[in-house]
Amino acid sequence: MSAVDAAFARLREQGHKALVPFVTAGDPDLEFTEQVLQVLDRAGAGVIELGVPYSDPIADGPVIQSSYTRALGRGIKLEQILEMLARVTPRLQAPVVLMVSYAIVYRHGLEEFVAQAQQAGVAGAIVPDLLVEESEPLRRVCQARDFSLVQLVTPTTEPERARRIAQASTGFLYYVSVTGITGERQRLPEELTRQVAALREHSPVPVCVGFGISAPEHVRLLAPVADGVIVGSAIVRRISQLGQRPPGEVLQEVEAFVKSLAEPLQGPTAG
Amino acid sequence: MSSAQPVPDARGRFGPFGGRYVPETLTYALDQLAQEYEKALADPGFLHELDELLRHYVGRPSPLYHARRLSRQVGGAQIWLKREDLNHTGAHKINNTLGQALLTVRMGKRRVIAETGAGQHGVATATACALLGLECVIYMGQEDIRRQRPNVFNMQLLGAEVRPVTSGSQTLRDAINEALRDWMSSVESTHYILGSVVGPHPFPRIVRDFQSVIGRETIRQCQQQLGRLPEVVVACVGGGSNAAGMFYPLVPHEEVRLVGVEAGGCGPRPGEHAAPLSFGAPGVLHGSFSYVMQDEDGQTCAVHSISAGLDYPGVGPEHSYWKETGRVHYTHCSDQQALEAFDLLARCEGILPALESSHAVAKACELARQMSPREAVVVCLSGRGDKDAHEIARLRGVSW
Repeated sequence: MSAVDAAFARLREQGHKALVPFVTAGDPDLEFTEQVLQVLDRAGAGVIELGVPYSDPIADGPVIQSSYTRALGRGIKLEQILEMLARVTPRLQAPVVLMVSYAIVYRHGLEEFVAQAQQAGVAGAIVPDLLVEESEPLRRVCQARDFSLVQLVTPTTEPERARRIAQASTGFLYYVSVTGITGERQRLPEELTRQVAALREHSPVPVCVGFGISAPEHVRLLAPVADGVIVGSAIVRRISQLGQRPPGEVLQEVEAFVKSLAEPLQGPTAG
Repeated sequence: MSSAQPVPDARGRFGPFGGRYVPETLTYALDQLAQEYEKALADPGFLHELDELLRHYVGRPSPLYHARRLSRQVGGAQIWLKREDLNHTGAHKINNTLGQALLTVRMGKRRVIAETGAGQHGVATATACALLGLECVIYMGQEDIRRQRPNVFNMQLLGAEVRPVTSGSQTLRDAINEALRDWMSSVESTHYILGSVVGPHPFPRIVRDFQSVIGRETIRQCQQQLGRLPEVVVACVGGGSNAAGMFYPLVPHEEVRLVGVEAGGCGPRPGEHAAPLSFGAPGVLHGSFSYVMQDEDGQTCAVHSISAGLDYPGVGPEHSYWKETGRVHYTHCSDQQALEAFDLLARCEGILPALESSHAVAKACELARQMSPREAVVVCLSGRGDKDAHEIARLRGVSW
């Protein structure tokens, strides 16, 4: 059982769902990331998703792209991200999973990547450009180390294929809510709750929904059907205000926002 | 189109290279494209329609021209030019865009997107879309818009919308990123006409197959005009579509030496060139596993070439395969050598080659010089150089 499985088991016992906030490592620097991870944890994150900046992120909209550009502009390296994580993960309740391109994983070597990430206290990875057909070698490495490898299903995935992907996913299954790239959206697709409910019936692992989710009312809509809700761009956009505003103020705003997202997921007792 | 395909396999692998490294959202469209392509290949109507267009619209076969004055000047083997520059729209790119535009119509899609570096693929896509009545959006890096201005206006004249890309290095790589992002949202109604033998399966195979008309004609023309195959065939390699189209039919003819020429830019250090087969290592970029210019962390490196069409950090997976198997020899030539070859061909033969093709001309001259006058070198002259006149003037400090 990986730390992600344990986190979902714990939430289930409490009758809660998981809020999965996303931030970019090193945006604008790693000191800030170290602080913001603790804020997310305190504000009620069930699992934390940390983006490893990549030069060519084709699944990302302008907000996350710019955060990657800012971090890479300072010459951030995976090694430094993992050093920071080794310091901070012992202080976090929520497990950390990395959102990382296969370009980076491959370059480091599959074994080396997973071993080093695990040593830094990372519980799993989401590799958004690794299709289930191509994921076998990394899956083998992850399984041997009980490191979660989260797979993705989208609205364009055929049902039969979605079941196959769900079988291969560990930790949780990432359902991409829209046919498109990351970024805040005013409204979620009408058929979304139905799609998530259908997928959850066939998934042996918890189903978390992400892409476009940016407000507590979106979370409220998904709370009854999903096991977790992923929010990225709406948080990263708030962090991008650094520079115009003092870090303390931005951290406070992030904390209040994440709390407002986590609240609808914390079952009837949290009401 | 040949039916026996040793590579790629069903999953798009050329040996270890190729495959599909894209977000799940695109799987549906890539599967649809692969299936439609198989159906089209088995449909004599499709092949006939494409063949008719290539003949009467593009003007194929393109000539194989014996460059006698150039050969004399260089002093060595006879140099022959496969004149893809004489195609409609002035480059080999139209061979692929017509094929893919016909596939678009077969799939019932009405909107096309494409990336472009030098603008040749953008113009060829805009042309095919105008011909078939398809909506067309072209992504082009801001830096490339600056250095390939004439092509930008041509695309607009043809009814395409040109969207400037201002992220990253503002060149071909970023244009592909933006086109892929568009496709992530529009995949159900839009076809992405990728312009080179790069990207996720099935693109490297489809583009190679549509471009293979270059190599097939060359073989036939050599037999007619030389009475045999040449000793050496040279083509430039950015993503590698003209080279793949030229080489693929020649691969089984082992007596022919195949030479791919990458953009050596202004030096061998990272950032000074765009030559992943010469200086890079295998990795993942734009949906495919192939040689790429990356740093030790897997981040794509900045690259440089005087030629917008070669200014790309990756290369088609089949080229990586040919490099590993040793069937094709890959080398590079510098910005300066390409410019000198441009001048040489202009003055000896009255042909302005594209700066991309000038890289192949430069290497062909170098090789010919070491060969006997009884031997022959064929160069794929992939495009015409009018589009580069503006940039060459700027480099020489000529204002107009």
